[in-house]
Amino acid sequence: MSIAGFEVEVERGTGLETEQMTLNMGPQHPSTHGVLRFVIKADGEVMRRAVPDVGYLHRSIEKISEKVGYHGFMPYTDRVDYVAAMFCNQGWGMVTEKLADIEVPKRGEYCRVIAAELNRIASHLLSVGTMILDIGAITPFFHSFREREKINDLLEELCGARLTYNYMRIGGVAWDLPPGYEEKVLGFLGQLEPMLDEFHDLVTENTLFRGRCSNVAAIPGEQAVAYNLVGPNLRASGVRYDVRRDEPYSVYPELEFDVPVGTGAAGSVGDSFDRYAVRIAEIKESMKILRQCFRQIPDGPVVAKVPRKLKPPEGDAQIRVESARGDMSWYAVSDGTEFPYRCKVRTGSFAAMSIIEDISPGLMLADLVTVIASLDIVAPEVDR
Amino acid sequence: MSLVNSFSQGVITTTADQFLNWTRKSSVWWMLFGLACCAIELMQTQGPRADVDRFGAAPRSSPRQSDLMVVAGTLTLKMALRTKVLYDQMPEPRYVISMGACASCGGLFQLAYSVCDGVDKVIPVDVYVPGCPPRPEALTEGILKLQEKMMTETWLVRRPAVGAQA
Amino acid sequence: MDAASIHSRLRDKFADKILSVEESVKDPFAVVDGAAIRELCTYLRDDEGLSFDVLTNQAGVDYKAEGHVEVVYHLYSYKHRHYVILKVRVPRDAAEIPSVESVWKAANWLEREIFDLLGVHFVDHPDLRRILMPEDWVGHPLRKDFVEPEEYHGINTTRESLLR
Repeated sequence: MSIAGFEVEVERGTGLETEQMTLNMGPQHPSTHGVLRFVIKADGEVMRRAVPDVGYLHRSIEKISEKVGYHGFMPYTDRVDYVAAMFCNQGWGMVTEKLADIEVPKRGEYCRVIAAELNRIASHLLSVGTMILDIGAITPFFHSFREREKINDLLEELCGARLTYNYMRIGGVAWDLPPGYEEKVLGFLGQLEPMLDEFHDLVTENTLFRGRCSNVAAIPGEQAVAYNLVGPNLRASGVRYDVRRDEPYSVYPELEFDVPVGTGAAGSVGDSFDRYAVRIAEIKESMKILRQCFRQIPDGPVVAKVPRKLKPPEGDAQIRVESARGDMSWYAVSDGTEFPYRCKVRTGSFAAMSIIEDISPGLMLADLVTVIASLDIVAPEVDR
Repeated sequence: MSLVNSFSQGVITTTADQFLNWTRKSSVWWMLFGLACCAIELMQTQGPRADVDRFGAAPRSSPRQSDLMVVAGTLTLKMALRTKVLYDQMPEPRYVISMGACASCGGLFQLAYSVCDGVDKVIPVDVYVPGCPPRPEALTEGILKLQEKMMTETWLVRRPAVGAQA
Repeated sequence: MDAASIHSRLRDKFADKILSVEESVKDPFAVVDGAAIRELCTYLRDDEGLSFDVLTNQAGVDYKAEGHVEVVYHLYSYKHRHYVILKVRVPRDAAEIPSVESVWKAANWLEREIFDLLGVHFVDHPDLRRILMPEDWVGHPLRKDFVEPEEYHGINTTRESLLR
């Protein structure tokens, strides 16, 4: 495998000449969250450079969109980011609605937001749980997965699937909320709160955890913007930007929530600890949004009338959705037929992955695991 | 499996094969080999509630320490070559569970240009678990089926060495 | 700032480099001369009133019938909260565009992806290699005339056609 710039070189004249090692990490590695590969050039324990090699999960989803039609593509969007599939559903729904000028009924929008925010909690729980697992503590992983299972049950009741939901449709959602759903969700939120406090005591204040995360790979705000880092990763670097608040879509203008940013509580702003802390804070914001949704949800239909053979007029459209991994940008081109001409999605993990090469020099080998986990990279989102 | 209690207290008799198989099936160590969506369900299987550790199946990080490879997810052509390498690194006897539609036949991604439709094009498979993705219960059932298969194997017969026919 | 006033500012500054603008569609865009894209992007990023500090998306589209590949730049400004969309059209058989990697780092991987899947060469890109497909892959899959290979390293890729 030839990776540019990977010939072995020895630093001369320092009196401490060491030969640089070229290490391979992945594509099968327990902490890579899927199939990612790094070619690491290390000097002892210190990395000189870590070059990501992606594409091991490139499933040509964009090409498939050209073969299956607008409605048929919805299940595939689940697989763009299987940890937060609702947002991909929503993104594809929104971009097609923009192309074809379809308006979603109010109740449908609320159903979308409820499903999406539940999914955001589930995604963040997975993210922090596996981050701690990768760092070396096993117990908190079980705590977070126990709660995640409960969300999976709730989402399963909503749409019949635990992971790949296919819940949303172009023009709304597939089904209305099941009877008694409000009590179940609110009951779950009621018991998630004490669990988060417990989690906080167990992890956030833990000296070892702080030691592994604080000041590791701090990304300054300008660098984050230049690499188009989005979502929690961007906010951890101190940039207060959330698509839900700043470029509002769906019913988010009617909902009140804060946008947490990194404060440098354990060291410098934008370090791995901040990225963790922002996610925990966002879980609380999502809980706030869910409670408001159930107070405000109106009656009415959940899906607009959309023809079976949808033929949007010629043209292109772009929309942005705040996914659990940040601003997800969907671009679609229609040529007037029932098949999309082109669909392109730019995801949060793609940007997060590209920054690793730049922030890796000087980090310890073990810190690479922290960085991958704290950036919350999901392999299919990088590769699609 | 018939364990005949021929002594009064604390002693059981069985065949050597059955005893060997019983010990083997009770410690199926599977390799952490999550590829795609199914990997999340694989983690849930190992997590609380499903808790596959009850059946002696524990995750290992290295192929050299594993008995079982759970191919969890879509196998792309780029990954297929590496999968073969990983399979070759596992010691005999080794088993493969193909988890989910993608690993079994390509599933949804049969239309893709970069996906290998079915892991059985690259390595032999013992148990196929259907679903997209399969629930943790389904994967647990797959592991139980594999244990059933293990119990039927015999070890104390002389077998020709590999390549001896040539 | 709305799209029309951004376009008129661009026209004032780069008169003949802006080939056409379209403002009556859902997402207004400007078709610009590919050779000047880096100069244009640097201006868009550095001008105080515009300050497009982020490249949110960069997509390639193969228009086979028209005979060109189109690269679409979606720019956004965190400071002013406005968008602009630039399109560059290059012929299919000689697709070359100056890289904007030196303007926004995010373009590095986005351009590599377009190179990999659509075969557009980005001049002066520091590391233009395949990113998603294997290095020994032949062809650019998102081109409309891409034909799937029958075999890859001994793995058969043919299957029954399920749809059209």
